[in-house]
Amino acid sequence: MRALCRAVRRESPPSVLIALFCLPFLFTPFLFAQESPYIVTYDHYLEEPGSLEVEYFSTFGTQRGGNDFDAFWTEFEYGATAWWTTELYLDGQTTFSDSTIFTGFRIENRLRLLNREHIVNPVLYIEYENTSGADKIVKEVEGHDVESDYTPPNGVLRREHDHELEMKLLLSSTFKGWNVAVNPIFTKNLLPSEPWEFAYAIGASRPLALKASPNYCNLCRENFIAGVEMYGGLGDAQSAGLHDTSHYLASLVAWNLPSDWTLRLSSGLGLNDNSHRLLLRWGLSREFSGFGEVVRHLFGGRP
Amino acid sequence: MKPIFAIVVSAAVFGIAVVGSAKVRQSPNSDYAALAEAPKPAKEKKNPFAGDPEAVAAGGKLFEQHCSECHGPKAGGTRRGVSLLREEVQQATPGALFWILTNGVVRRGMPVWSKLPEQERWQIVTFLESLKSPALSSESVALPAAKLSTGNRRQ
Repeated sequence: MRALCRAVRRESPPSVLIALFCLPFLFTPFLFAQESPYIVTYDHYLEEPGSLEVEYFSTFGTQRGGNDFDAFWTEFEYGATAWWTTELYLDGQTTFSDSTIFTGFRIENRLRLLNREHIVNPVLYIEYENTSGADKIVKEVEGHDVESDYTPPNGVLRREHDHELEMKLLLSSTFKGWNVAVNPIFTKNLLPSEPWEFAYAIGASRPLALKASPNYCNLCRENFIAGVEMYGGLGDAQSAGLHDTSHYLASLVAWNLPSDWTLRLSSGLGLNDNSHRLLLRWGLSREFSGFGEVVRHLFGGRP
Repeated sequence: MKPIFAIVVSAAVFGIAVVGSAKVRQSPNSDYAALAEAPKPAKEKKNPFAGDPEAVAAGGKLFEQHCSECHGPKAGGTRRGVSLLREEVQQATPGALFWILTNGVVRRGMPVWSKLPEQERWQIVTFLESLKSPALSSESVALPAAKLSTGNRRQ
């Protein structure tokens, strides 16, 4: 990111806006991340206060009756306080033999409800999403979402616009190195005629080693966290249940590098005929510590 | 909702979060007070790595990776985090330090660190304890945290 920002700064004046955005990255130190491997499920850990995590994710999905696709999104996750994390997503996708399009944005907020650690730790998740029907990141499978929804070409799908409010209760517990997270999901399309939709995501993960080695190393077992997650729809308020829903099971691994990068890999399988057969995901992220402080200084804030 | 309106609202929320998270530090003494809130059974927990030089070194590495940003590279504190060289910390029991690491002081800006496995949290505690014990200090094991000083720098 720093190299990219330096390159942009050397470019012509039209890059000023991008350069302005990049400026804080030039002054922020990196922070070693201890990221979980989850891609769909959330645990109860929030971003460290003042840190910005920039993440890029890609999902390759198979599509019966249509063209396979690669959907991608970028996340900017900022720790406003130790109990509040806010996040901006920008989504896009390429459908092979069709087109590449921007499909919308989401903004989410996660609020930690309790001050201390408990056996189960609740976090409230509230998201507003403004996406087109061509959004294929399949990060949340809600209501009666099924594979055939994604079959039409992008030109048709993008005509549909979704303004949705999504709420999740993130319940998460960590014990003896294991993390188990359960996320009930409730989504409401803001059109009054649309019913509430329901979904779930469940995950479990554990570092490969529970004790740190004294030396810096890339391939130490402590740097790897493996896990599994399962997610799918649960129908809607008019017809709740498992009929006409899709479900996925995915194996996960996160590699937290001492050089501050985190690489995540996920191999997901559709569990029924309504699901995509395969969802292969990867993601790369980097955390910028003290980002908020640098931004405040740039705008003349008090040191 | 029109997209441009939604974008403006979203950007505003994100901006408010960044700029509004500016924190005027209150008295650091009240940060230290959180140590006293550890329940008795937690305070009495024994450090399984007590006296282990390898744990000191590993804890020093973990401290540098996860803690030094706020508490300073020499644990002497920064504007964002209190000094860990003060007697309030150095005289706290290992169990109390472990409890604070696990639970954080969320309302005062310190996140919970239970995402680090229990052993790693104890390794950090071992490292913090080494700062008051020259015989066990990281300097004696010449490992990543060797650059840490053990002076009692007050804020």
